[in-house]
Amino acid sequence: MAYAAGVDVGSTQTKAIVIDSARRIVARALTETGANVTRAAENAFQQALAAADVREEEVEYVVGTGYGRYKVTFGNTQVTEISCHGRGAVQMFPRTRTVIDMGGQDTKAIRVSAAGEIVDFCMNDKCAAGTGRFLGAASAALRIPLDQLGPVALRGERPVKISTTCTVFAESEVLSWLGKGKKMEDILLGVHQSIAMRSGALLRRVGIEEEVTFTGGVARNVAMIEALSQRIGVRPNVSEDSHFMGALGAALFALDHILGSRVPAESRPAQP
Amino acid sequence: MALETNAAIVGRGNTDGARLFREWFDGLTRAAAEGRGGAYVFVMGSLGELLRTFDLPLVFPEINSLQTAVRHVAHEYLDQAEDYGYSPDICGYVKADVATQLRKGALPMGTIPKPAIAVYTNACNTYIKWAEIWERMYHVPIVTIDIPGTRSAGAQTWPGDPDFENDRRYVAAQLRELIPLLERVSGVRFDIDRLRENMKHANTMSRGWQQVLELNRARPAPFNALSDGTIYLGVANAYRGTAAGARYFEELVEEMEYKVAKGIGNLTDEQYRLLFVGVPCYPIFRRFTELFSGLKGSFVHSTYLWFASGGTSSGYQCRLDDPLEGLAEGLLFGVRDAMDSMFFHTQPLLKMYEDYAADGVVYHPIKSCRTVSTGLADSRRALMQARDLPSLFIESDMMDRRVVSEAQLKNRIDAFFEGLATRRHQAAQSRG
Repeated sequence: MAYAAGVDVGSTQTKAIVIDSARRIVARALTETGANVTRAAENAFQQALAAADVREEEVEYVVGTGYGRYKVTFGNTQVTEISCHGRGAVQMFPRTRTVIDMGGQDTKAIRVSAAGEIVDFCMNDKCAAGTGRFLGAASAALRIPLDQLGPVALRGERPVKISTTCTVFAESEVLSWLGKGKKMEDILLGVHQSIAMRSGALLRRVGIEEEVTFTGGVARNVAMIEALSQRIGVRPNVSEDSHFMGALGAALFALDHILGSRVPAESRPAQP
Repeated sequence: MALETNAAIVGRGNTDGARLFREWFDGLTRAAAEGRGGAYVFVMGSLGELLRTFDLPLVFPEINSLQTAVRHVAHEYLDQAEDYGYSPDICGYVKADVATQLRKGALPMGTIPKPAIAVYTNACNTYIKWAEIWERMYHVPIVTIDIPGTRSAGAQTWPGDPDFENDRRYVAAQLRELIPLLERVSGVRFDIDRLRENMKHANTMSRGWQQVLELNRARPAPFNALSDGTIYLGVANAYRGTAAGARYFEELVEEMEYKVAKGIGNLTDEQYRLLFVGVPCYPIFRRFTELFSGLKGSFVHSTYLWFASGGTSSGYQCRLDDPLEGLAEGLLFGVRDAMDSMFFHTQPLLKMYEDYAADGVVYHPIKSCRTVSTGLADSRRALMQARDLPSLFIESDMMDRRVVSEAQLKNRIDAFFEGLATRRHQAAQSRG
């Protein structure tokens, strides 16, 4: 049995996936990225191998992706997370034509073909407005764990209007609403809606074509799924493995190589 | 023998361009030391042919400013101008020039003279406000030559058309008004034969520039429109209307013809031919090109070589029997063409895509120049609606390294190349 692996080194978390030659996910692993990016990649990969009960030498090809992709020193090549999220989303939901990926520090709108290749993409500019980091700032300001933000926000009935989507100013804005006596759930609903507004604008720049698939860590947030659906008028597909989608895409590209197809980045130099 | 010829010709445009640039700046430094005032002009319609007849040293503040970025000292100039009170959000070229003036003309390349006069067109709205700074600082005359642009996409008028003739008379009248002022400022009487001679050189340069650009249709492309092209562009501006400038472009044509004949490309393995839309990222000028060339991508043409050459790229030949009328018509065509390249470029880009057998288009809007950047997202959408072609949209700046993020640029560029590779692979598969 041939195995392939993808390792997605993101700004906050590192994800690894091992797949078999039938494109089945054999194992997945997730670890905090931290300061030592190479070690995070190795840890995630080793954890996935252990979970799959697969030896390292049985994995014939490894593709690194994410911002730390060049630090996946044991990887055979690198592919950007833009291509990987597109590929992973189409694998999970074959009718996907538009992908919205919300991660820790950036949000990407990606338009893909039926084969999963990138037609167009658009990302947030050099600031973290409208990304997962904004939710992190709200979580810190309100002292609510990240995984509880969504359920609390869904209880909101009168969302406040968040005027800044600047992550740096998020905390002070959230606190100012608390000072005005607004309910926590209304503030959080407003936060989610403001992020959905930014993401909707990115999606419109690439063109929203159904089906839409929502990937990345933030896709686990139920209020964000709701806010995004309302904003774009389309209910996105969301997989249980949404935050592994980049690693899955990388693993699929690795399998392509094993099966004799070309990985899009194989001609590229190994280092940036 | 072949090797000798090769060594003598290949790369000559770059080395001669660098030498001419140094000599030009040495001349400006001498003029500054002698206390002579310069004619401050801009790249979109410099009128170099006319101003040289009055022995006025030409100062291009845009070129001075971008040089501070290329030489990695722009932040010092920008910080100084912002400390002086200018907003972080305005044109970086303006701020670097303000700091240059506060430093009495001191730049890494030498020293520029103070302005004796500023002559510019309305091609860029910032030119007008920029010149007002010099007016306030030095109490010198500033002259806006108002050039009627294209009224709507595809509605250009041509000689013989009543609207065109009106526009030309309007421009010629402004030039006639300018001449007495130039005589007064310089103390030199206008000599129409000198103007004719300078225009002859400018015609030669325009013809050469057009040929050079067309020679880059060859595969592999003999020069990189972003890195090499910007050197040629510098000579086109600084030496417009001179014998040295005309000779440079004649020799550049020879070099490109030689490279095309010998199959010598700017990349040894050119895989992807790209068009560039916008202004270069000068803070990481060399590295920016490498982000593409490292993935075997070569810029074969650029709208920058079009609008920043003030229309020289069209190859337009001014009539010399009536130099002032010819100059007016040339200025009208050139500046209009430069403005069209910013505001009505969708159709020409599609043609360029075909003519240059391009594989993709790279849009590079920049934070500190809204004139060239506003509307690029719409332009890209229009281009992609007209044709299924790969395009990339990356944002940075021409001056300010604070808004240049190489990691983010690289991520987008890598993804763009992955798309290009996939597209090519699938096209090959569908051909069987």
